[in-house]
Amino acid sequence: MKSERIFVKGNEAVAMGAIDAGLKAYFGYPITPQNEIPEYMCEHLPEAGGAFVQAESEVASINMVLGAAAMGVRAMTTSSSPGISLMQEGISYLAGSELPCVIVNMMRGGPGLGDINTAQADYYQSTRGGGHGDYRTPCLAPASCQEAYELTREAFDWAFEHRTPVLIVGDAILGQMKEPLTRRAPRPADPAEGQDWRLSGAQGRPARIIRSLRLAEGTLARHNLGLQAKYDALQGLARADCFLTEDADLVVVAFGSIGRIAKSAVRKLRARGLKVGLVRPVTLYPFPSAVLRDLAQAGKRFLTIEHNMGQMVDDVRLAVRGIADSDFFGALPGNLPTPDEFEEAIAKACAGGRS
Amino acid sequence: MSENIVFQRPSVMADVATHYCPGCQHGVVQRLVAEYIDSRQLAEKTVMVTSIGCSVLLYNYLLMDAVEAPHGRAPAVATGVKRVAPDKVVFAYQGDGDLASIGMAEIMHAANRGERITIIFVNNTCYGMTGGQMAPTTLIGQKTTTCPSGRCASSAGLPLRMAEIMAGLPGVAYASRVAVNTTKHIAQAKKAVRMAFDAPLNDQGMGFVEILATCPTNWKMTPLAANQRIADEMIPYFPLGTFKDAKNAGAC
Repeated sequence: MKSERIFVKGNEAVAMGAIDAGLKAYFGYPITPQNEIPEYMCEHLPEAGGAFVQAESEVASINMVLGAAAMGVRAMTTSSSPGISLMQEGISYLAGSELPCVIVNMMRGGPGLGDINTAQADYYQSTRGGGHGDYRTPCLAPASCQEAYELTREAFDWAFEHRTPVLIVGDAILGQMKEPLTRRAPRPADPAEGQDWRLSGAQGRPARIIRSLRLAEGTLARHNLGLQAKYDALQGLARADCFLTEDADLVVVAFGSIGRIAKSAVRKLRARGLKVGLVRPVTLYPFPSAVLRDLAQAGKRFLTIEHNMGQMVDDVRLAVRGIADSDFFGALPGNLPTPDEFEEAIAKACAGGRS
Repeated sequence: MSENIVFQRPSVMADVATHYCPGCQHGVVQRLVAEYIDSRQLAEKTVMVTSIGCSVLLYNYLLMDAVEAPHGRAPAVATGVKRVAPDKVVFAYQGDGDLASIGMAEIMHAANRGERITIIFVNNTCYGMTGGQMAPTTLIGQKTTTCPSGRCASSAGLPLRMAEIMAGLPGVAYASRVAVNTTKHIAQAKKAVRMAFDAPLNDQGMGFVEILATCPTNWKMTPLAANQRIADEMIPYFPLGTFKDAKNAGAC
């Protein structure tokens, strides 16, 4: 069967990716700019044999995810920045309970109610744990509808393989733009997935407890060391999209939609003869530090571009520390950046001027 | 001569000493749940949702699959469990700080959706594990560490009557209030626990039972005096009774 090309919004691509990955439960609460996801789910997930509930809040959504995840099924919720803040308690519990799920954040401007326009200001929150306690969550950052579809499918495999919540961060640009998408054949979840830990009623085995409370002396320390070992093992999953970096003097580092806009700027500057390239981190945690470090060792200079006041630039600087530094250009929230805006900033950095 | 066993530990109750304070009635309530599960042989298809506070360690005493919820969120967690596993018996076990304060939104909406779950709600008019602070159910004049002069209605509002509130929601099929301070009341509580489980099992709606129980440590009373307080102070404000029973009042 020939794969059909369809024209969808980024939000719909995420929903389709989740359903094609064997999603069995979706719980969500409306917030702009991601409403197409619950709207798609309420219609199509029951058809696919899954449960849909419009929760009373983001707090309830993430805890419904916790309950469904404890039963070993593929569960997800989606929201945007202020809603994700409300979910942080639950995300911490999911991480502490080592439960798999996927959480999508289509970012908007903040802090507080901010606005409904696009931004990338939840980078710290997405990559530093976000809630209380010592934990991290793998975080994927798609830049197109097709990639949003593919990474959402993949996120569930990561979640179950590592028993962890996995975040997908997009933004209002990705969520709201329409692009062609090639949907692949659905791959139902393995029915045996999670069978060694999931709750199912204690038939023929001792009762199982899924919890994050570890009161007995030494048990929390052991647990946290185990979590850390898991996060260390995730480092091998780091991934980045490199564009014209080999002969570049200056490497632009930008993720998600901004990475894509920066790519247009890099192309235009190449046409002007400037040796610039782009690294677009596809995983924000684990961060593709090795890619950047290798480029630093090859003598490249760096400019980090983000749609915030400077967050990922910390990770870029950590990656290249002792060898190089990174300039920073931040697109202000509340506007839609253009390649022209970046072109000027990149040209300036290329010439050696600080942005 | 043959033995006739008339009383023994329910099979789903662990043979361990509990961590509860002397005179605390969590053990009585948990035993009532265990007796019901045993009587219907439901242990292998039950999933417990435990909450925060003294009740969280329920899973140390009832030997069934369990998931632990954040403070107040047990009805949302139970919703997630039940929606993906409709064949399971799902119950949440919550205290009054958990259910009537921080978790008020979750309980109201789970009830309003008519989730086919059972809520065992233990009301001891204070936050027990954290040291006896004021709860939404603390009685007027009752002294706690956060209302040392006694709860004052003008600043803290009136104690919430959850069983009556729950009975007002269409998704709730059964709502009652019982106590465990006398043998007669324990017998009534046993029946109420059964009804609260049967309602969702019979696909009628949520089953809710509020159980008045003691906290002698935080009340700074002997267990006997604490039992007496239930009769003298709690029951007059929190009347015992069945406030909703779908089987009697028509389908919800």
